[in-house]
Order: sequence, then C-alpha cells, then structure tokens
Amino acid sequence: MVRKIKKIGFYALLLLAALSFLYPFYWMILASLTPEQNIGTLGIVPQGITFEHYTGMIEKIPIWSALFNSVFVATLSTFGVIVFGSMTGYALAKMRFKGRNLLFYTIIFTMTLPFQITLIPNYILMVNFHWVDTLAALVVPSLNSAFAILLFRQAFMTIPDDLIHAAKVDGCGDLRIIFQILWPNIIPSIITVGILTFMTSWNDVLWPLIVIREEGLMTMPQLVTLFAVGGRSEAQLGVKLASAVLLALPIIIAYLFLQKYFIQSMASSGIKS
Amino acid sequence: MKKLLDRILPYLVISPYIIHLLLFVLFPVIFSFVLVFHKWNIISPMEYVGLDNFARLFADRLFWRSLWNTFIFILVHIPLQIIIALSLAYFLNKKLLMLSFFRASFFMPVVISGVVITILWQQLYGLESGVINRGLIALGLGRVEWLSNPKIAMISIAIMATWKNVGLYVILFLVGLQTVPKSYYEAAEVEGATAWQQFRYITIPAINPTMFMVVILSTIGGFSLFIEPYIMTDGGPLNSTLSAMLYIYKQAFGYYHMGYSATLSIFFALIIMAVVVVQKIFVESEEN
Repeated sequence: MVRKIKKIGFYALLLLAALSFLYPFYWMILASLTPEQNIGTLGIVPQGITFEHYTGMIEKIPIWSALFNSVFVATLSTFGVIVFGSMTGYALAKMRFKGRNLLFYTIIFTMTLPFQITLIPNYILMVNFHWVDTLAALVVPSLNSAFAILLFRQAFMTIPDDLIHAAKVDGCGDLRIIFQILWPNIIPSIITVGILTFMTSWNDVLWPLIVIREEGLMTMPQLVTLFAVGGRSEAQLGVKLASAVLLALPIIIAYLFLQKYFIQSMASSGIKS
Repeated sequence: MKKLLDRILPYLVISPYIIHLLLFVLFPVIFSFVLVFHKWNIISPMEYVGLDNFARLFADRLFWRSLWNTFIFILVHIPLQIIIALSLAYFLNKKLLMLSFFRASFFMPVVISGVVITILWQQLYGLESGVINRGLIALGLGRVEWLSNPKIAMISIAIMATWKNVGLYVILFLVGLQTVPKSYYEAAEVEGATAWQQFRYITIPAINPTMFMVVILSTIGGFSLFIEPYIMTDGGPLNSTLSAMLYIYKQAFGYYHMGYSATLSIFFALIIMAVVVVQKIFVESEEN
C-alpha cells in the first residue's frame, strides 16, 4: 500500500515536471496566434486566433532568406565536418605517418582551449579575407571539428584492419575505402556528428552577430535576435513570439521524429568530452 | 613513384584539418598575444602600447563587475541544475511507465535555440502580464521583479538557463544511475538501510564521475553566458546581468577596441581554464 502511494507520488512529481517543460512552449505557440491585446491575460484557454503576427513579421523582416541561409550554412558545415572529420579520423586510426601522435595530442589540446581566445583574432581574419558579410565567414571556419575527428577515430579503430587490407588488395584507394567501405560501418557515429553539428550551427548566434551585418545574409537566430532587441518589432509581443516560433519549429519537428537520436547524440557528446 | 605517393598520402588526407588548424586555431592564438600589446581599431594602423591593456584591465571596474556577475550566474546555476537533474533522474530510474515521454519532455528545451528560450522567458517573466507573476498572484503570493530588480535579474537568468539545460543532465545522471547494480540496493535493504542512506552511500559514490562531468560542462557553458542577457536585459538593470562575454563583445564590436578586448579574452580564458583545473584537482583528491 505504501509502495503504491509512493509510486503515485513519483508520477505526480514527474508529470508536474514534464508540464513545466512543455507548458511554456504551448503558451508561446498559442500566444503567437492570439490577438495582441489578449496576450497579457492568456493562460491555457485560447482567446481568439489570428495569423496577423506571422504576416506582420514576414512583412518586416526577410525571414525566408534567413531560413535559406541557415539551412545552407548548417548543411554545408555538417557535410564538411563529416567528410573532413572522417578523413582525419581515419588517418589517425589506420594510417602510419610521422607526427601522428603530435596531431592527436594537438587535437585534444584544441578541445581544452576556451573559444574566447580565438574569437576576436578570427574576426580580424575574416576582415582580412574580405569575408565579412559573406556566407563563407559562417561556413569555412566550421568545416572541421575536433570532436568529430576524435569520434570518427574511435569508430574506425573498432573496424578490423583485415577489411582495409582486403579492399587494398582489390585496388581500392584510401579515400574510396573511407567513403564506400567504412562509412556504412559507422553510421551511428555519422548520425551523432550530423545531429550535433547541424544543431550547433543552426543555433549559433554569437559568430553570425559578429561577421554578418547585411540583413539578407543573416541566419535565422541572428535575424530573430536583432528583431527582438531592435526597434522594429515595435515592442509588440505577438510578432516577437511568432518569429521565435518560426525559429524553433524546424528543430521541434526534427526532434519529434528523431528524438531518440537527438538524446543519444547529445548524451554521448557529454560523456565523451 | 608509388612509394613517394604512399608516404605523402596521409598528409594529403589530413590536409583539410591542418589548414583549418593553422588558420582558425593556431594563428588566432598567436595573434592574440600580439594584439594584447597593441591598441587597434582595425581601420588605423596598430599602435604598440606595451602593458597598457593590462593596466587598463586591472583598473576596469566594469570588467570586474562582469566577472563577478558571471560567477554569481554559475554559483546559482550549477547547484540548482545538479539538484533538479539528479532528483528527476532518480525518479526516472524507478522503472516507471511513460519513461520516454518524460525524458523527451525534459529534453525538449535542450535542443531549442537559446534565442527562442530567451524571447519566451522574457514574456514569462513579465512584471504585470507575465505568466509566472500572474500565477504567483493567483496563488495569493506577491509578484516578483524578475528582470527589473538588480538583485534578482541574474538569478532569473540562471533559473531560465537551468530550465533550458537540465534535460541533458537528467539523461547523463540517468546513464550514471543505471550503472549501479540493483543487488547493491537489495543488499542495503536487507541490512535495513534507509532510502537516504542508500542514496548517500551507494548512489552518490557511483555517480561521482557523472557529477564531475556535469560540473565541468556547466562551468564551461556558464562562462560563455552571452545571448541570454544580450536579448533579455542588455546587461541591465544597473549592469547586474552584464556577463563577461557580453562585456567583451561590447568592447570588441561596439567600440572596436581590438587590442583591449583580446586582452580581456585571454585573461578571461585563463580564468576559465584555472577554474576547470581546480575542479579537476578537487575531484581527484576526493576520489583518493
């Protein structure tokens, strides 16, 4: 009997916790659809539905080009991190060359370096490359990731050398071995790196704020940030929240379908770092 | 010819990373140490100023204030996060139904942009019409000046950051808890240990490595605090939410003080590394 009461207590607590995580999102989506004058009293029950915040926001800021920029930048970065990361990871795991250990420890060292050190010099680099206000400034510096290299190295190390030898006897070059023979064997690692890189890129806002000033080149989080803090939302709650909903929506949809992978990827990134 | 190709092939394979390393990691680190001795606004030529930037840093009360604020943020955020994450993980580990629903809902804010979370919580924290204050009033309690009281504003941001990140740490703790064999608890129960004793002497030691990881991860994350105060308060009221990163950002990209902001960045990075090392030493001495 005591057990049963305890169990009900656990459920009640967890349910309350789950509500406290979900309710704010419910409120945000509902508020973005509620006429401005009713948002201040909005709780759970809808108080009229309107799309005026969305149409208003779309008129005020180039949200579609920002969406395109974000997708473009995140896709290219993810692609680069997977391709280059598996190349370097493969070299570290399966190739012999002078300086291999040095490279390995350098990569680990770069991971312990707080990003604050490189932020300002990297901006100066972008100025000198004339990359300020180009998407190259967002894509090129994020084509490689130390974390991805180490993860791929680990994954390749579990693959027996015989597989590679056999492929070499058949006349396969190293790059073909990586992309055609080894990739299918490390799909979980690719998914992990893919999700983490895409999400990091999609959510990053500090670096875009630094290198992009032209509205047409901004990413979504940057555009939404400047819209929320700047004067153009005219202190209207509805349009601010509508822009936040649009920013969250792609990740929420992806999360609903790939929730298991999201959780696994993020947890493994924590454990491995 | 074939042999030579074999020798240089590994270097070709790692070349994309090497170029990245030289350009975006090593060059910036070295260039930082040049910048700290110069005054530079990018447009006019660099001017050598010796140790002036350091002298200015030590006299810059606003910078010290921003460091202090960042520490307050971390000191509220980390304990809160550990307590909530550990309790939720503890309950989730009880083999309940709907585990994946609970896990997924706790994890939801983790995947969503901090920009969204901040815009949302700025409304929730609203003085008159914010949902939280309206709830407090409905419960017969008074309203709280979440963002307008300089004594409370940073704590409010820490609460929001905890809400955003705690799901990740629930999962990490849950993984840690699942490594504890059930037989330990059964043996303890036979011996007549209370639930608290079991928690204190079986659970806590078993999740020590997880705890360490959580502290390190949230310390590093906490020091990067930027977008939340940037959107929510712009560092106010009365500079009470001005984080170190926000201050460096303003120095660098508001005033274009490149030399000075690089000095602040290096100093700040050294503090971060020192704090992490101290935490590491502390944990290692605990384990022995």
